[in-house]
Amino acid sequence: MFYRESGDFKTSYIQDQQIFPILQDRVFVIAVIAFAFLVVPFLINDYWEKSVLLPVLIWSLAAIGLNILTGYCGQVSLGTGGFMAVGAYASYKFTTAFPELNMFIIVLLSGGVTAMVGVLFGLPSLRIKGFYLAVATLASQFFLIWLFNKVPWFYNYSASGQINAPERFVAGIAVTGPNAPPWATYLFCLILVVVLALIAKNLTRGRFGRSWMAIRDMDIAAEIIGVAPLKAKLSAFSISSFYIGIAGALFFLVYLGAVEPTEAFGIDKSFLVLFMIIIGGLGSILGSFIGAAFMFLMPVLIKNILVNGLGWSTDIVAHLIFMIVGGLIMFFLIVEPHGLAQLWRVTKEKLRLWPFPH
Amino acid sequence: MKFMKLLASMVLSMSVAGVAYSDLVIPSLEYRTGPYAPNGIHFADGFTDYFTLLNERDGGIGGVPVRVVSCETAYNTEKGVECYESTKGQGSLVYQPMSTGITYQLIPKATADGIPIHSMGYGRTSAANGKVFSHVFNYPGTYWDAASIIIKHILDVEGGDISGKNIALVYHNSAYGKEPIRTLEKLAEKHGYNLTLIAVDHPGQEQKSQWLQIRRERPDYVLMWGWGVMNQTAIQEAANIRFNMENFIGVWWSSSENDVIPVGQGADGYKAIALHGVGDDFPIYDDIRKYVLDAGKAAGDGTNLGKVLYNRGIMASMLATEAIRTAQKISGTADITPDQMRDGMEALKVDAARLAEIGLPNFAPPVEVTCSNHGGPGLGAIQQWDADTQTWSLITDFIAADREVVDALIAEDSAAFASENNITPRNC
Repeated sequence: MFYRESGDFKTSYIQDQQIFPILQDRVFVIAVIAFAFLVVPFLINDYWEKSVLLPVLIWSLAAIGLNILTGYCGQVSLGTGGFMAVGAYASYKFTTAFPELNMFIIVLLSGGVTAMVGVLFGLPSLRIKGFYLAVATLASQFFLIWLFNKVPWFYNYSASGQINAPERFVAGIAVTGPNAPPWATYLFCLILVVVLALIAKNLTRGRFGRSWMAIRDMDIAAEIIGVAPLKAKLSAFSISSFYIGIAGALFFLVYLGAVEPTEAFGIDKSFLVLFMIIIGGLGSILGSFIGAAFMFLMPVLIKNILVNGLGWSTDIVAHLIFMIVGGLIMFFLIVEPHGLAQLWRVTKEKLRLWPFPH
Repeated sequence: MKFMKLLASMVLSMSVAGVAYSDLVIPSLEYRTGPYAPNGIHFADGFTDYFTLLNERDGGIGGVPVRVVSCETAYNTEKGVECYESTKGQGSLVYQPMSTGITYQLIPKATADGIPIHSMGYGRTSAANGKVFSHVFNYPGTYWDAASIIIKHILDVEGGDISGKNIALVYHNSAYGKEPIRTLEKLAEKHGYNLTLIAVDHPGQEQKSQWLQIRRERPDYVLMWGWGVMNQTAIQEAANIRFNMENFIGVWWSSSENDVIPVGQGADGYKAIALHGVGDDFPIYDDIRKYVLDAGKAAGDGTNLGKVLYNRGIMASMLATEAIRTAQKISGTADITPDQMRDGMEALKVDAARLAEIGLPNFAPPVEVTCSNHGGPGLGAIQQWDADTQTWSLITDFIAADREVVDALIAEDSAAFASENNITPRNC
């Protein structure tokens, strides 16, 4: 009754092919984006910036990246943490070597470097599939972290092997470093995430996305109808790594400010992003956002309720978080194996038919 | 997006609840879970129990009760940042992150927010230069002091000449473990020993290949910069290859009972550097038993009293308390602010007489902090494990570090930090 497309006529192909064909969807998404750009910056404080919004935005970006590779192209990757490290170290080298360079350019360049590394480690995907490919990407994870620990050039020969983000400005306002105002870092990330998410959405709807999905669904059939596996797989690897690299650069530059490779970009990060897209929904951009928010915010939320709200001791809560989050993951996967995005899709279908389901 | 908003709004409603108290807020960034919990629990218990004692016995510090806000970090940097952001609004006086990685995160943030950090015997060593690091303190000693003291001890054992000796460093492959490398390299130039670096990745439960390498290269001494489960694994592996335990020396974070007890008789003779006295033979423990343990207010189960890391926790809270007292004296108010706390820390002076007054006679060397020296005296003793009696005992006096080498390195590293971050060193 309230959510339907009848009466919403499309008179041109462009209208028919838009991302959100239903008026309500369009209005809702525009309202959310407008709220994020126009209202949130005035309300944001340090806690919201550092503990909620920045990490969710950055993890969403990483999840979109992995979703392109795993969700759309069907290539399982366990190298996400390593690729994020490439982005972080590339951005560190760029910011320290070219202090005047615009931060947006630095972040995009870091993504570019990661894309090249991604293609390199994507080459085995042309020969091996499935679990074997997952193991091959696992090698990239360990190799890259080892490399950033081993070669002092990457961390500018600092005594501790840590990299620290120097203070950098966009239009005279600090976006990295301790003095960056929360709204500036938030907007910096938000702009990148919104633009990149829109690009990703369109990529997956276009020729690239279709070739990826063809490879995912049945690679031999795809090859027979003229989809080049080399092009499809390597483009998925490069674009996916581009996104993950940008996420890694933001993770280091804006969110943490100081990282060491073993801890910040370990194998647990690769799994975290993989769980995000599985929980959120494979092959869905919306799912990447939902999954990132679920996996990152659920522990914070439970902690806030149990420790600050009920006053339980921190160690019991820390263990309970493992159990509750684990239980929720199992619950959602049993209720909806295709992820939270699918739940939303089903809800939408039901809403469109309501109140006359057939 | 909708889901995220809902979550976010719930988080906010939780995080704004509970402000405006008139008390001294001490955040405790602790870890009672994860691979570093065996060490973290002891420290956190000691740290919290001391403040509980002050509240129960004296009604707080200078009449104002202390409120310890604990936050679980699991030794993880991102959780540490969340802990920092969620507690700093409550008027936190000083942060003791208990992790070198988290300390590195917080140095710029806390400095910008005007909240002091006390990384006691860990963190960034060059923060000892108070001219550059106005809000960061690492008294009573730094990693570089520790490295130099261990080498001095080896010199002592070897009769003053260690040229040509092979020394291996087994270290946690993180900012923490890498800290001493530069000092050890400098000292190698000076004393002529050969240094082998052997990294152990987090969490350090798998060290077979590292100890195979040690078995092959047969170093004369092995030093360890380990933490958490890495310590006991390393000591077990050393016992397995029958490495002479007297030549195996750990830093003060590889010096607790739960690092050596699991190894049993094999750990006998293991040495580590000590920041403070061992055991519970101090008058303050009577008070802790009376006011905290018997009253059922202990942070843990009460079995950790007198353990090395429990004492370390006592030491940390004792130094914080004395800094608060100093700050109260300087500012003339009992309910101090983080700014006043910083001034108090910078004017901190704990001499032997004061230690005896507190109930910790001869517990630690006197500590004096000045505007230019945030690293304290930089003294450490060597303690040795006796597996039969299950006790540590100090086998040396408190030794001073090689100031010539360490101070030059601190000056160099802090100058690099200052130029990187456009900091003009303060005049003092």
